[in-house]
Amino acid sequence: MGKVLALKGLSKRFGSVQANEAIDLDLNKGEVLALLGENGSGKTTLMNMLFGHYLPDTGSIDVADRQGSLQPLTLGHPQISLTKGIGMVHQHFTLAENLNALDNIVLGTEPLISFKRNTGSALKKLEKIMHETGLFAPLDVSVGKLSVGERQRIEILKALYRDVRILVLDEPTAVLTPQEADDLFDNINTMAKSGLSVIFISHKLREVLSFSQRIVVLRQGKKVGELVTNKTNESEIAHLMVGGGVKSAERETCTPGKAVLQLNQVSITGRSKRDSLFDQSLEARAHEILGIAGVSGNGQAALASLIAGLEVPENGSILIDSSEIEKPTPKKMIGAGVGRIPEDRHHEGIIGTMNLADNLIIEKLDDQEIQNFGILKRSKIKTNAAHLCKSYDVRGPGVDAEARLFSGGNIQKMILARVFEQNPKLILANQPTRGLDMGASAEVRRRLLDARKNGAAILLISEDLDEVLALSDRILVMHDGNLIPAETRDRAQIGLLMAGTAA
Amino acid sequence: MRIEPRSKVSKTLIISVPILSSFAALLIAAIPISFAGANILQAYQEMFFGVFGSVFSFSEMLTRATPLIFTGLAAALAFRARLWNIGAEGQLYLGALLSVVVGTGYFDLPPLLLTPVIILCGAMAGAVGMAVPTFLKVRFGADEVVTTLLLNFVILIFIQMMLEGALKDPMGLGWPQSSPIVEEAMLPKLLPRMRVHSGLILAIVCAVVVHFMLSRTVWGFRVRAVGENAVAAKYAGIPVHRSLFMVAIFSGALAGLAGVSEVAGLKGYLTADLSPGFGYTGIVVAMLAGLSPLGVVLAAIFIASVFVGADSMSRAMGVSSYLADLVVALSLLSVLVGGFATRFRIVWSKRQPGDNG
Repeated sequence: MGKVLALKGLSKRFGSVQANEAIDLDLNKGEVLALLGENGSGKTTLMNMLFGHYLPDTGSIDVADRQGSLQPLTLGHPQISLTKGIGMVHQHFTLAENLNALDNIVLGTEPLISFKRNTGSALKKLEKIMHETGLFAPLDVSVGKLSVGERQRIEILKALYRDVRILVLDEPTAVLTPQEADDLFDNINTMAKSGLSVIFISHKLREVLSFSQRIVVLRQGKKVGELVTNKTNESEIAHLMVGGGVKSAERETCTPGKAVLQLNQVSITGRSKRDSLFDQSLEARAHEILGIAGVSGNGQAALASLIAGLEVPENGSILIDSSEIEKPTPKKMIGAGVGRIPEDRHHEGIIGTMNLADNLIIEKLDDQEIQNFGILKRSKIKTNAAHLCKSYDVRGPGVDAEARLFSGGNIQKMILARVFEQNPKLILANQPTRGLDMGASAEVRRRLLDARKNGAAILLISEDLDEVLALSDRILVMHDGNLIPAETRDRAQIGLLMAGTAA
Repeated sequence: MRIEPRSKVSKTLIISVPILSSFAALLIAAIPISFAGANILQAYQEMFFGVFGSVFSFSEMLTRATPLIFTGLAAALAFRARLWNIGAEGQLYLGALLSVVVGTGYFDLPPLLLTPVIILCGAMAGAVGMAVPTFLKVRFGADEVVTTLLLNFVILIFIQMMLEGALKDPMGLGWPQSSPIVEEAMLPKLLPRMRVHSGLILAIVCAVVVHFMLSRTVWGFRVRAVGENAVAAKYAGIPVHRSLFMVAIFSGALAGLAGVSEVAGLKGYLTADLSPGFGYTGIVVAMLAGLSPLGVVLAAIFIASVFVGADSMSRAMGVSSYLADLVVALSLLSVLVGGFATRFRIVWSKRQPGDNG
């Protein structure tokens, strides 16, 4: 097994953030290497330097040519990286939805001006690749009509079609059901056996342990460990990732109380089937966390908008504490005691250019506590904010600083402070730990469990099945706008429901 | 060379950039002035003394700044809420129109009451002028940039129609102008034998009020929230449309006041050339001020100084007074570049090692 790639001392700084610091990394032929780290640890930055999207501040990269001898790579040019056999599949797909798969794959490899397209040879080459790797995708359907898993296979085929010898996958399983993820890794292993070298970026310990041969762990832009997969274990890796132990939240037993939220046959028609809810009913009770599992884009957004008060249901009713909320608005929902943790905290949760103190009062502007005849009590607002920052451990440049200057974890803690301060009866937690590091995630989970103990009903919508399993008292699986109760806590069973294939 | 966003913007930078930009504009304007065949130092000297050389010239500058403060505030307030009111020019004319209708004796009111009624009516007319495009935006999604801009021309033509018809002064020797506002209803002058009038005081009071409303009240909080992130504002339960309407009404009212102040403070009667583009220049004023209401006062004074100074320079040196427009345009460009410089910084460094290509 010869070396196909050597990163030497790569560093990259963005403003005041050292995204990568002197990282060395080797990759062998036919190897599957997992690049592991929390969000913001510099995984994607490193791979973007390899692919030529970013120019490193220092360091160099050597890539094996076809004969297998290492040659220095010209940095900062994706086109050159591509011709040297490096391909990258981004977390967010880069496919043209109105073109079919074949056109997407050959796009950019054909001459710009020619009288006749020679798709025959392209098709032949693709079919050969599909047979060798087991990655099958319909080639003649426009990509917009395909599922997420199929689109991902097309992205990979696109890279393979360009004869890549090194394939980088950025969080490939983020949008897949557990079964789809397993299939994907089977395919990756087949490809690796035939000589392809693969680097996959992930922060999921489970898949890293099951599917890689070697693991490189990044923390705060530095390489903190390199492990051989079958000689390590989950706790060792977790320790390297976080740099210290993180307590996982303990779930005490609670007896569910009366129903706080009731949805009775509610429908919302969104732009597509995936933004819609069809005639759904659910009930969330006090002292209970109701988990909504599912691959994102199956109607979770519609459900969340409904509870947040952003959408008015076409039919059916919403009851909070047994009284109906007619024509819901965000204000009515807040007034009824609903605390909302939005999915997109940077866009929906905060106003980045306003200061932290202002962001903390934004949901209670009518409250006499912060205003007198429409005039803001500024010093009161500031002391309250400082107090909240302390009790919710919001760290950053201070309450007078613009909210955008805080890190994602601290923004989420600020939103928690805003929500929990009102002692909500019902909490909508939509992807509450997405993008957070382990410490902040643990804090969010602890707060949710505390609220449950204190008698709140919690609707937890999460793509992270492990999180749903760990926190929820009951689980509903969302697929194509329908909610299906999960009878068991079996991953495989829930996975089948997520894919919509269970009977 | 790379461009990086600044993580933190200091207060000194925010204040010094507009001032430095204004000087930069004067520096760049020296090139066309020298092309015009004038001595640059002498030209700028004439410009300076044309504004600060005498009480009269200074008062003339303040007279010119008055409508610019109003229209600047109209633009700054609306822009804060991301409501792009390009129609201050039309709203100004609507304000002027209604104040003339009320002020020329159609209503028999005691003079003490007539002035406030004129002011209120003018503000209301301007408010309606902005409320209509805002309704179209909220209800039908019509882009307010287009509707407010085009309404300017509609309103101006309507004014011309009125001045040729219903409102034409029978004593006006056939000129297309309205009857004069009754003497008692006029805004009082501030200094004897000078044109500067109490509209200036009203304008400064408005600036202070708008500043207070934006920074200290719940109303202003909502406006800022809607302007800076409408999605989050909606999520937090802030009535986005209602806030936009309130902004539209106040913004239009401020532009309407510019019209009242010009008619009832200065001209006395309405003509179709009442405003040499005060509404549009107000946008420049607002941008120059970084949308700060108190900054609008300073920016209006700067721009009025440039206009008045350039007038006197062109008279003394025999160069075209269009140079004033040039300086104003250049200072806007400089401020926009300066604004970019406050948000980003340029890092000079050679290409990276390892990059031999």
